[in-house]
Amino acid sequence: MNQARNTASDASWQAGSAEPAIRIENVTKTFGKTYAVDDVSLDIYPGEFFSLLGPSGCGKTTLLRMLAGFETPSSGRILIDGKDVTQVAPYERPINMMFQSYALFPHMTVADNIAFGLKQEGMPRSERDKRVQEMMELVQIVPFAERKPHQLSGGQRQRVALARALAKHPRILLLDEPLGALDKKLREKTQFELVNIQERLGITFIIVTHDQEEAMTMSSRIALMRDGRVEQVDPPRRLYEFPISRYAANFIGSVNLFEGVVIEQQGDEVLLQCDEAGAVLRVRDSRKMASGMPLCLAVRPEKIRLLAPGEEGPNQLTGVIREIAYLGDVSIYHLELPGGKRVQFTQSNVQALAEQPLTWDQTVTISWRPDSCGALSE
Amino acid sequence: MKWPALPRPEGRQFIIGIPWFWLALFFLLPFLFVLKLSLSESTLAQPPYLDIVREFKDGLVVLAINLGNYELLLEDSLYVKALISSLEIAAFSTLLTLLLGYPMAYAIARAPRHWRLPLMMLIILPFWTSFLIRVYAWIGILKNNGLINQTLMALGLIDSPLEMLHTPFAVYVGIVYSYLPFMVLPLYATLIRLDMTLLEAAADLGCRPWKQFLTITLPLSLPGVLAGAMLVFIPVMGEFVIPDLLGGPNTLMLGKLMWTEFFSNKDWPLASALAAVLLVVLIIPFMLLRHFERRSEEAQ
Repeated sequence: MNQARNTASDASWQAGSAEPAIRIENVTKTFGKTYAVDDVSLDIYPGEFFSLLGPSGCGKTTLLRMLAGFETPSSGRILIDGKDVTQVAPYERPINMMFQSYALFPHMTVADNIAFGLKQEGMPRSERDKRVQEMMELVQIVPFAERKPHQLSGGQRQRVALARALAKHPRILLLDEPLGALDKKLREKTQFELVNIQERLGITFIIVTHDQEEAMTMSSRIALMRDGRVEQVDPPRRLYEFPISRYAANFIGSVNLFEGVVIEQQGDEVLLQCDEAGAVLRVRDSRKMASGMPLCLAVRPEKIRLLAPGEEGPNQLTGVIREIAYLGDVSIYHLELPGGKRVQFTQSNVQALAEQPLTWDQTVTISWRPDSCGALSE
Repeated sequence: MKWPALPRPEGRQFIIGIPWFWLALFFLLPFLFVLKLSLSESTLAQPPYLDIVREFKDGLVVLAINLGNYELLLEDSLYVKALISSLEIAAFSTLLTLLLGYPMAYAIARAPRHWRLPLMMLIILPFWTSFLIRVYAWIGILKNNGLINQTLMALGLIDSPLEMLHTPFAVYVGIVYSYLPFMVLPLYATLIRLDMTLLEAAADLGCRPWKQFLTITLPLSLPGVLAGAMLVFIPVMGEFVIPDLLGGPNTLMLGKLMWTEFFSNKDWPLASALAAVLLVVLIIPFMLLRHFERRSEEAQ
């Protein structure tokens, strides 16, 4: 998790200089009275690996289907390379999609499936065969060229679907839960392959996923969606370190939330009276905040440090360890504060044979730095 | 006492045995009777044939097998003509029901969910009336002073009635009308199972709607087309009621001919030979269907 990629193209949207490959303008989609997508605006730039992340029913798939042209927005516009394609039929869009179910044609061989899109545009036979071969090499399915889809494993089918969607060399590729049907090991391996292919071909990838880890690993930027709206759009690292809302903080990774009231601002630090913690907490935030305003402090479990006896630190809390989960690389501890609130923190298991440093019912003191946590007003 | 568990393979064989027994009793046995009858000689008596088993002598059965009926079928051009004519009528009606039934099945399968059942009911509803009555109703519609002619004349579109009843046209109307549901049902069953995302995938790859139909929908609905074609073609080959009631004296069909041989000419053996030949002719397309089914099963 939390491996923000830094490619050359990453700079373009930060500088705001490049033309967006896709511009989504105030797009709304209603089915009857429900708002599947509610006034979404996004700019996606060439070469991005852009994720639409959210739980099922958040509208991410509907948004993707509107980009592909299978659904028409109820209002708003979609522009590809500056051209309005809102009313353009799917078969006339310069976009290809990889389906969640793969949607391979069952009566055609692997090679024919990949050649299908090329045949539609009337590419000559020899050129077509060459392209199909290239694609099969790219996703390593050459030995299966003459097989039918039902004779392939799930992972092989996924590759065929990817090759078919890439065959026409689209500038933009849409991927609907591309790894959803694979098992965990294969999924992790394929994540990196997808990123490699994307970088090699320089295609804009727009991927729909409900898996935050998948989105974090692969994306250059993530749009976190909630109830048809975009909650936050940021690169993975920003989204993780600086979520703008409780929802965003909770969706990506684990987080401890402390509800409180602003007491005062000291420089770029905010002092927060937190009754659940029974303490005054500090968080770095330079935004102007009136005293008395409700505020939430969010701190990730791995940012919390254990204080040695007698040591002092900021945001210092003492409690009793109630639960321990050993995960191999790290252990998760649940600390119960005197008021009953539980705080999660993790410790890396640095030494293999070390005595367990912490045990149940042990009283410990934790601390975290004001610049290692965030203030959420939403 | 402990009962021994029923050995599974035997149990399975028993289950499979039921349909086998059924087929043997109600299909194979009657067919053997027909086959036996076709090898006998016709005579003026009651029953009007001489049994091929003539006598038992010293434990031996003396058989008198007569292949004359089959020879006659080949020699008399009437029967060959009837076979060709039946094949023609059956093939052409199958094509007509397909051309009419495919759009119907397609429309029902693509209709909103709550519309599908009522639409299917409309296809099946005519079955609730007697087949014979429905064919008779067509006489009322097609005859010279029938519904169509009266309407057209009242509208002033024609001066004299159109000759429709007792023409090949009437036979086709009757067959297509009667057998359409047999085409629509298997087609509907295949089309409703078609994964719509396949069409979306095709569209996404630049395929226009009409080509999507030709390259995706049609090939994938081929098993339904074949099943429907068999369900129409096979019974139409032996159809007797429709050509008899709606067709003219020139409508030559095996079913009608068989009826004439059995009941008018009292030539049971010849009629049986005709029936045996028809069966053989019909087994060929059925085996073709099985071949295609197996191929499509392998493809899925």
